[in-house]
Amino acid sequence: MATTLPKTDIVLAGVGWVGGIIAAELTKKGYKVVGIERGKERTTEDYYMAHDELRYAQRYEMMQDLAKETVTFRHNKKQRALPYREWGSFLIGEGVGGSGLHWNGQTFRFLPYDFEIYSKTVERYGKDKIPAGMTLQDWGITYDELEPYFDKFDAMTGIAGEPNPLPGSPQVKYPNPPMMETPVTKLFKEASKKLGYHPYHMPSNNLTKNYTNPDGISRSACQYCGFCERFGCEYGAKASPIVTVIPVAKKTGKFDVRTHSVVRRVIHTDGKASGVLYVDTRTGEEYIQPADVVVVSAYQMNNIKLLLNSKLGTPYDPETGRGAVGKNYAYQTYLGKATGLFDEKEFNLYGGAGALGAQIDDFNGDFFDHSKLDFLHGATIHITHLGDRPIANNNVPHGVASWGKEFKEKSVFYANRSLQIKAQGSSMPWKDNYIDLDPTYKDAFGDPLLRMTFNWKDQDRNLMKYMGNKSAEIMKEMGATHVNKGGDDIADYDIRNYQSTHNTGGVIMGADPETSVLNSYLQMWDCDNVFVPGASAFPHNSGYNPTNTVGALAYRAAEGIEKYLKTGGSLV
Amino acid sequence: MSDKDRNQNEKAGNSRRTFLRNSGLTVGGLVLGGAVGSLFNVKSDSNAESADHKNMVSSSNPNQALMYFTPDQFKTVEALSETIFPKTESGPGAKELGVVYYIDHQLAGSWGLNTREYMTGPFYPAKAVPEQGYQTHLKRQQVFDIGIESINAYSTKKFKKKFQELEKEDDKIAILKDFEEDKVKLNSSLSSSFFFSILRSATIEGVYADPMYGGNKDMGGWKMKNFPGHQASFTNVLGKDKFVAMKPQSLNAQHKM
Ligand SMILES: Cc1cc2nc3c(=O)[nH]c(=O)nc-3n(C[C@H](O)[C@H](O)[C@H](O)COP(=O)(O)OP(=O)(O)OC[C@H]3O[C@@H](n4cnc5c(N)ncnc54)[C@H](O)[C@@H]3O)c2cc1C
Ligand code: SF4
Repeated sequence: MATTLPKTDIVLAGVGWVGGIIAAELTKKGYKVVGIERGKERTTEDYYMAHDELRYAQRYEMMQDLAKETVTFRHNKKQRALPYREWGSFLIGEGVGGSGLHWNGQTFRFLPYDFEIYSKTVERYGKDKIPAGMTLQDWGITYDELEPYFDKFDAMTGIAGEPNPLPGSPQVKYPNPPMMETPVTKLFKEASKKLGYHPYHMPSNNLTKNYTNPDGISRSACQYCGFCERFGCEYGAKASPIVTVIPVAKKTGKFDVRTHSVVRRVIHTDGKASGVLYVDTRTGEEYIQPADVVVVSAYQMNNIKLLLNSKLGTPYDPETGRGAVGKNYAYQTYLGKATGLFDEKEFNLYGGAGALGAQIDDFNGDFFDHSKLDFLHGATIHITHLGDRPIANNNVPHGVASWGKEFKEKSVFYANRSLQIKAQGSSMPWKDNYIDLDPTYKDAFGDPLLRMTFNWKDQDRNLMKYMGNKSAEIMKEMGATHVNKGGDDIADYDIRNYQSTHNTGGVIMGADPETSVLNSYLQMWDCDNVFVPGASAFPHNSGYNPTNTVGALAYRAAEGIEKYLKTGGSLV
Repeated sequence: MSDKDRNQNEKAGNSRRTFLRNSGLTVGGLVLGGAVGSLFNVKSDSNAESADHKNMVSSSNPNQALMYFTPDQFKTVEALSETIFPKTESGPGAKELGVVYYIDHQLAGSWGLNTREYMTGPFYPAKAVPEQGYQTHLKRQQVFDIGIESINAYSTKKFKKKFQELEKEDDKIAILKDFEEDKVKLNSSLSSSFFFSILRSATIEGVYADPMYGGNKDMGGWKMKNFPGHQASFTNVLGKDKFVAMKPQSLNAQHKM
């Protein structure tokens, strides 16, 4: 029998970026918040020994324990879904701070076009431009409405960046100057300028100077240590919940974090949630935490899992298109790329930072004309200077084997002579790309795992091919001796190779309860004291990393929760 | 390898021969049966012998002993890793870098037992498409056991010798290629290319992981790539146009601080 604990105002299922933001905002307003987090407490001191490529980047020290929980995957309904048994395509974090600890910090706002993608596509190209099966829809909110929340996230984290020079792009004033210019970013910028594009420095959440945010939190500048993505930052320079929002919430004395505790269910009857059921994994004991508001903040995947296993909302049915929980799962089309090998140049590639880079947005969103193209939306094309760690980076010219004498000689020779341009592409939603519960495989508690049914479509293949060509064009202009181009022969989605942890959709927001789960405050249509902020709310994915938009939506949800606590009922 | 290490190894070789002689196990230079005999596998030419086994008996590095492999598996994997990452003009190969110790130690722990991976059935290795990833019920320890056995069986069938006994580089390459290209059938739960891919990535890891893991001896892997390892900051070098080579540092430097 579960023990019922004293009631709180707000309970969070998961304490990462979303949970941290909600906790800070509402405790500042005087509300009591309980955060249930399955992983352990994490502090900056933990990363004293962090410069270990094997432990963190290859053995995934900071990621969820897959033995306890994973997802299953198939390309289509005819295949048998099988578990994602070892890490590959995406990595999901665990512990206080969540994936916000080991992210890169590449921090972009989605475009005005993204939030109204359906309307704007129809307006410019007509309805017929949207292919059959593409479940494109507007978000139920506009960029202008979200702008103040973006500004809040930018100021809280201290983003470093410069204005985007592309005509028509939103002009953002970042609180800190951009990251360092290196010979790598410079070369990229010169080449893309020559080709008529509009390069700029990637907006970064690796601090560029000592910074004190509006909450009074001071952090120091990034040291370009080269062990950033997949690693925790030993300087606190990378914005993460544990060096920003969580200490702010804790200081109020109103935030209670319970670690090693897994939420299994949101408890609800008749459209009202009463709290969550969780297990303390150190004692094995079950608890019920009652609350006035339940926030599901367990990362995109587990947000869906918690809703489905709790029987909250209507599960999506790909046959009829009815129901919305699990609908519009999308990802990131990231395989259009070009690797350049330079015989004559050597770069200091061993150092870098998670969000040190330059890019062009010329081929993202609807900045370019799609009338004659066989895909919608696009990609941002970037070069990064992250720190080329030696296990993962072994580039050789096309045609050289992946082992043996020649491989060794070439991979050693090109270690500091290889640059990569990658196109981070958008991902459109499709009727038959979706998430539901797996009928066979279970997690450590016996609850069903999520089942992902997902594959690339011609939209994605055409987009990646186009972007591969653009990337190669720039790389040639940069003077590479050999250019290895990617994106030409994309067949099926491959879960083995890391692409990005930018999983989106499944608990989407919108203006219509028939086709979405959440309203524009991330409040459930079907259960008005449950809020589900996260990338799960995205109806499609843009050509940018998700977290700035996730953060803005979390600030919006925090405002909604406060409104709800005061007035009750549906906020829209 | 530094000269100091080499001297120590030679010394170790000598003392082992002394041990063998004193223990009465040899008759006219031939070692007789039993665990010790097969372990040392003494050849008549004593120089070749010490070159062959100096790693195994080195007393200078307590990290160099076996946690998982049998001595024979050790030799096969040492030869395999050296074929994947051979000694060349640009620097040491897997053998000199101690990669096989790295692989041995990794197999003995969490990685070898897939403890942080979803290993709950049912398993359908034959029905899975490659894009679904790892689908065998076999853990990496078993993958290596079967892989090594099969490599040696295949090598014996083709060339009448175990893999580690092959003399010609081309023969070794031919065998590994057949494994890489799935030309050899292992069993219904394990393909030869799957074993090869794990072996290859483990070899690369052993070349470049921090030396505390047993490979990358003397940071020799890093030195080849001019990778400086653990450094506190690169703020002052990253903007430079010229390549800046730095003396590498392992995490041990941080631990001593
Ligand atoms: C390697 C890597 C690089 C990335 N780089 C970038 C980048 O450059 N830019 C960008 O915008 N985004 C990036 N991301 C994505 C970014 O990390 C996420 O978008 C962001 O962290 C999402 O916030 P969240 O609060 O939804 O989830 P998280 O921050 O992951 O937090 C979710 C928390 O919930 C906990 N949890 C889950 N299930 C339960 C449960 N049942 N019970 C209790 N607790 C639970 C988890 O342990 C976790 O702590 C990257 C991600 C990875 C892995
Ligand atoms: S690169 Fe900068 S932000 Fe990233 S971990 Fe190192 S010091 Fe921190």
